[in-house]
Order: sequence, then C-alpha cells, then structure tokens
Amino acid sequence: MHETDMTKALILTVKDWYRSQAESVKIEKIHLIVGQFTCVEPLSLQFAFEVQTRNTFLEGVELIIRNIPLIAFCHTCQQEYKPEIGLQYSCPDCNSPMEDIRSGRELKIDRIEYSSITNDCNGFSRSKGFSRKAPTVY
Amino acid sequence: MHQTFDAALELNLLHANQKGADHNREHFDRWGITCLNIMSSPGAGKTVLLEQTLAALRDKFNIAVIEGDMTTELDADRLRQYDVPVIPINTGRSCHLDSKMVAGGIHILEHQHNPTDLDLVLVENVGNLVCPAEFEVGEHAKVALLSVTEGEDKPLKYPVMFQEADCLLITKTDLAPYLDINLDRIADNVRQMNPKIKIIYLSAKTGEGLEPWFDWISNLVKQNAVNQLARQI
Ligand SMILES: Nc1nc2c(ncn2[C@@H]2O[C@H](COP(=O)(O)OP(=O)(O)O)[C@@H](O)[C@H]2O)c(=O)[nH]1
Ligand SMILES: [Mg+2]
Ligand SMILES: [Zn+2]
Repeated sequence: MHETDMTKALILTVKDWYRSQAESVKIEKIHLIVGQFTCVEPLSLQFAFEVQTRNTFLEGVELIIRNIPLIAFCHTCQQEYKPEIGLQYSCPDCNSPMEDIRSGRELKIDRIEYSSITNDCNGFSRSKGFSRKAPTVY
Repeated sequence: MHQTFDAALELNLLHANQKGADHNREHFDRWGITCLNIMSSPGAGKTVLLEQTLAALRDKFNIAVIEGDMTTELDADRLRQYDVPVIPINTGRSCHLDSKMVAGGIHILEHQHNPTDLDLVLVENVGNLVCPAEFEVGEHAKVALLSVTEGEDKPLKYPVMFQEADCLLITKTDLAPYLDINLDRIADNVRQMNPKIKIIYLSAKTGEGLEPWFDWISNLVKQNAVNQLARQI
C-alpha cells in the first residue's frame, strides 16, 4: 500500500519539474534509483505507477528502476560489507554495528528522457541528434 | 525527426515532501516549538503513552497533539481530557502522515491557538512500521515504539524506522513475563543498525520507565529551545 503514496510523491516531484519547463515537453522515460534499504518495493512501485498515471500527463511513460544494494563500511575492519537485510546488519567479521551506510538509502529520480512538443525546425533545438547526455536542465 | 533530451534531475523522490517538512520545521523553529514524530505499528501503545505524557508534562510545557492515527473520534476525545489542543488529521487511506497533512494541522494551530505559547507538538503517526520512516513531517526527533508482544525480530525485518529513530520505546514491559521474549535481544537488534539510539523500556500500565521518557523529552525541548534561540540571534 505504501507504494501508492510513494508514487504520489514521485508524480508530484515530476510535476514540479514539468511545470518548471519553459516550453511544453513530452516525458518518455523516468529513470529511478531505488536503494535496497528503503521501504520501496520496485515491482509494487511499477504497478502503482502504471495505475496512478492513467489519464494523466504521465500515462504510458516508462518507469525504469535501478536497484542499489545495501553496502555499509566497517571502520574497525576498514572495509565494506553487505549487511543481510532481515538477518544481520552488524559487521560479519568483527560485529561492529552498522554505522556508515555507503549505499542503499537512495530513493531518487535520476533523470528524465523527454522530447519537445513544439517542433522547432529552425535550429533552436537544445540538443543535436539523439543525444543521450544533453545539458542538465534543472 | 524525433529528438529526445535528457534532464539529469538527481532529485530525491521525496523532494516535494522534504521541502514541505523543512517548511513545517521553520514554522516550529520560529515559534520555539519542538516537534516529535511518534511512530509504531498499530496498537503498540502510542495513544496511551500520549495520555500519560500529557498528564505528566502539561504543567511543565505547553503541549499540542497532531493526531494522525484516529481509529475513531474517541482517540481525540481521550486526549482532549488533558485540556490541550488536539488536532485530528484526516489521512484518508494513506498509511502514513506526510508533510502536507501536518502543514494542515499547523495551519489550524496557527489560526485557532496561539503557537508562540507552545513548547511541544506531539505528532501521532499512522500505525505502520514501514512507511512513516520515509516521510518526514518537520519533526526535530523521531520516536519509535515497539511493544514486547511484537517479537524480537521486528527491527531486523523492518529496519528503516529503527535505523532512523532517535529514541526507541520498548513498550508494554508489564507483559514480558507472560511471553517468551528476551528484552535485551530487542535492544541488541536495534543497536546493530543504530548504535546511538536512546532506548527506554516502559509500561504505560504500571508506570515503570515513564520517568526516563519524560526526562528525555524535557531535555530535548530545552536543548532545542537553546538551539532555536541561538539561530535567531
Ligand atoms: N498491558 C499493557 N497494555 C498496554 C500498554 N500500553 C498500551 N496498552 C494497550 O494496547 C492497546 C493499544 O494501545 P494504543 O495506545 O491505542 O496503541 P496505538 O495504536 O499505538 O495508539 C490498548 O488496548 C492499550 O490499553 C501497556 O503498557 N501495557
Ligand atoms: Mg493511537
Ligand atoms: Zn568489522
């Protein structure tokens, strides 16, 4: 159920970006980064996104989720380790508690792929060809 | 020709909620209020603990409650007995409070009560161990409750809330003798992922452990008031 609310948050954030664009755009793909140590279940999020964007400006937009594993750093052993979610979070070698999370807490919109609706053919487009790394807009 | 552009956002998914939470906290700071976000699974004892807390601390601090876990109007009525503002939030079907809902509560505080007179706002979140931890509402500290009846392994299975909490209250300790549970193991499991957390064992029924909880709140309110003043100068 909480994916419903997470999706709401996602839609709100994207809407903010969408409205801040000078010209109208069509969003095609949204790339998300979701850490393993969050309350978000990627599959449920996909589903919720599909349902909640029906008949909105995001209908049909593809949601691409990249999972990031939980990685902690043990300062005693001076090394990274992967805590076993649900079982053990302390360092498997020395039992120090998990204090320094290096990755796994991410919940972010990495980037948005979009196309311009106003087809300006006179050379004013902001990017040439099928550039995948156009200048940052936000 | 079809051109696609790429906008690197690198924005937190909860950006909008976070902005709202920061805004709420600015209000609290301006009014000199400390806000606590109180979270647990349903039935861990949040409302009963709030009642005890109001009874014990209302002479010391001016307190208001933002109630997001209303099963019925009865919960709010139970709290209103203590003569403090109780603002119920209609969370609809949402499984947690978000900063916008709490902003609604702050708006009511601002217009129907005198927020500059308040010292402490207690927010009772929706009963749920998973999501509330991800949605900040503008609190200065997070308090998680875990009742002894829920079992030792809950923090391992629902780690995010316990990893984020500043204070853990292990509640209903009066029931421990009837259960096959190792109280130390609950604490150990939580400290595995959050070694700095303050842990207090208490029973709202017998009153055992309530004093350390009241002390923890009192210290936090005083410390926070000092910080808020320092920032205004
Ligand atoms: N035995 C015992 N029962 C408690 C204690 N605290 C709360 N309860 C009971 O647990 C149930 C749920 O409490 P409530 O405060 O409504 O939980 P909430 O859903 O977290 O707000 C009620 O029946 C309470 O009487 C306690 O310390 N000891
Ligand atoms: Mg309650
Ligand atoms: Zn180690």
